[in-house]
Amino acid sequence: MTILGKDLLGLAGLSREQVTTILDVAEPLRAISERAIKKVPTLRGMTVVNLFFEPSTRTRISFEFAEKRMSADTVNVATAASSVSKGETLVDTARNLEAMRIDMVVIRHPHSGAARFLAERIESNVINAGDGTHEHPTQGLLDLLTLREKLGGLEGKRICIVGDVLHSRVARSNIWGLKAMGAQVAVCGPRSLLPGAIRELGVEVFDRIEAAIEWADALNILRLQLERMQLGYIPSLREYNRVFGVTRARLERAPRDLIILHPGPMNRGVEIDSDVADGPHSVILEQVTNGVAVRMAVLYLLAGNAPALADAAKGATV
Amino acid sequence: MTAPLLITGGRLVDPSQGLDAVGDLLLVDGKVAAIGGQIAGPDGAQRVDAKGLVVAPGFIDVHVHLREPGREEVETVATGAHAAVAGGFTAVCAMPNTKPVTDNQATVGFVKRQGEAAGFARVYPYGAITVGQMGETLAEFGEMVAAGAVAVSDDGKPVENSHIMRTALEYAQTFGIPVVEHCEVMALAHGGAMHEGTVSARLGLKGIPGEAEEIDVIRCILLAKLTKGHIHLCHLSTKGSVDLVRWGKDQGVNVTAEVCSHHISLTHEAVEGYNTNAKMNPPLRTAEDVAALQQGVKDGTIDLLVTDHAPHHYDEKEREFPDAPNGIVGLETALGVNMTWLVERGVLTIPQLVDRMSTRPAKVFHLPGGSLAKGRLADVTLFDPARRWTVDAAQFKSKGRNTPYGGQTLTGQAVCTIVGGRVVHQLDR
Repeated sequence: MTILGKDLLGLAGLSREQVTTILDVAEPLRAISERAIKKVPTLRGMTVVNLFFEPSTRTRISFEFAEKRMSADTVNVATAASSVSKGETLVDTARNLEAMRIDMVVIRHPHSGAARFLAERIESNVINAGDGTHEHPTQGLLDLLTLREKLGGLEGKRICIVGDVLHSRVARSNIWGLKAMGAQVAVCGPRSLLPGAIRELGVEVFDRIEAAIEWADALNILRLQLERMQLGYIPSLREYNRVFGVTRARLERAPRDLIILHPGPMNRGVEIDSDVADGPHSVILEQVTNGVAVRMAVLYLLAGNAPALADAAKGATV
Repeated sequence: MTAPLLITGGRLVDPSQGLDAVGDLLLVDGKVAAIGGQIAGPDGAQRVDAKGLVVAPGFIDVHVHLREPGREEVETVATGAHAAVAGGFTAVCAMPNTKPVTDNQATVGFVKRQGEAAGFARVYPYGAITVGQMGETLAEFGEMVAAGAVAVSDDGKPVENSHIMRTALEYAQTFGIPVVEHCEVMALAHGGAMHEGTVSARLGLKGIPGEAEEIDVIRCILLAKLTKGHIHLCHLSTKGSVDLVRWGKDQGVNVTAEVCSHHISLTHEAVEGYNTNAKMNPPLRTAEDVAALQQGVKDGTIDLLVTDHAPHHYDEKEREFPDAPNGIVGLETALGVNMTWLVERGVLTIPQLVDRMSTRPAKVFHLPGGSLAKGRLADVTLFDPARRWTVDAAQFKSKGRNTPYGGQTLTGQAVCTIVGGRVVHQLDR
């Protein structure tokens, strides 16, 4: 069994040591993507299936880059092209893939718990690339890596997650990951988009974005799904921006410079204004870069490699 | 006619006559011929040694889903009635959410005949409140009652239109049957997969607040108050609902209520790990709710215990949590669960448990049975209150295997079930 066990299904339940190991492994792996020949042989001979039951561009591409840069063979299965539309169950789909002798499955699925459901039924390693409104652990990890670097550590640091926490798997992974690392976590958003039991997850709640900005060292601004308005959770995107939008004017009143994160894709002018997204404290593109490194680290560790070898792997070329 | 049956040396527990004493019971021609003391059986009487066993009026479950007609691959009236007697139930009331819906005399008659043909537990059909359970037009209560329906319900969903519910409560009085409501405000519950609380927040599953049930509970109580009709509230799951029913009873409203064995034993923590066998509607709630429901059963606010036996096919539950159907089987675990969580933990005495599982259901639904008084139906359950056994779903008589109690050890098991003076189930010991 690897340091992570068979699967990475979420950050809930991971220890500080486990999270630290992933981040420590990811850091040197980042260099691979900076080289002219962006490839190491570490996962040569391994087959990874990216099983996506939900549209995704950046997460799927990020995983695919991570897999390819480590020399794994990859196959992408997207819902429209899969037999799922013919009525085959998730288990049957996965077992059929497994019968073709694969090593890992990266799964994105609209239902909470789907990654775990799969992991309990197949022998391949399973990486959760987002399940419903439950968790998106590699997004959480890339946020942690980015924050750790920018804030010089996570212990005692104050991170506020802003927006639609109720429907956000990114929020849940952030909460567990940040708390494991000793950070203080708060959420800020309309009460209609916060789970009623949110405080029981061990986070603070801010009703006013101004108060959150005054408190925080960093803001992780969630994407507001545009259909939330039609479903009656908020009256309008316009008011959302006026009450909760992260704007330059609001940030300028902060007692310190805040790091600005966003998991993307952004709704400019809704949850985040362009001059913040493109401003000096935005680390949004670094998150994307770190995403590839973190996913390489997870693949590397789940494949059973020892953390200490990561530096060596970095040095090798095809 | 079957031979006379003499049950000797058991602990006779019959709440209908305040009886709790060791003695004999004689059943002749489908009726209780004598009860209490030592009885010298007639010649040719079959004898059953009930030493160490409780001898009770047969259990009655007023809330089961037998899936026939329409979903015979999941359960039939026969397999469901077989599961019933294996669990100690001598009668069950079959909910009408079949395919097609049991909303007419022909289907009611069909379910009743299937029950009679099976020859296990007595099967009393429900009729639907509204045609097709669509909530719009009242079904023909009169004809359904004539065909054997004992109550009406749209269980599986509520009757959302308060005018229809009011009319149903009025019209049902003509035929002396209860109107049985599945309490749920759909707009609040929509898309929910479990109780709304800490666990749902953690698992990222859409929650169903307790208020989705409670708002309908108070609406029904008020409509029963208005109409003086008899409202029976299905599978209550929250402390708030218990409080509201208590208030209704204090007001003199003709309200009765039931609770499922799973709601007095399990909490929403059972969903952890996305266990689809802990998915049901109403959902498992908090420990505080469980305690309040137990208290409600104890003080009589909640009249009776049911199973909401809801078999599903293995493939249907072997799915991603939000896609899995609601419901679990219960007929073959209910006695053990109730004994373990209510009697063993001192909430109820054995006579009180027999009351909530037999005498009260008979009384509330105006059914024969529920009593071992001389001349009454020879429907009897013999159970071993101390027997410890481990739940193995593969052994169920039900076609359903969807139980959250698999592998758990329970105390108390039916040993012999008698319907109309005939032994229809005997435990291999």
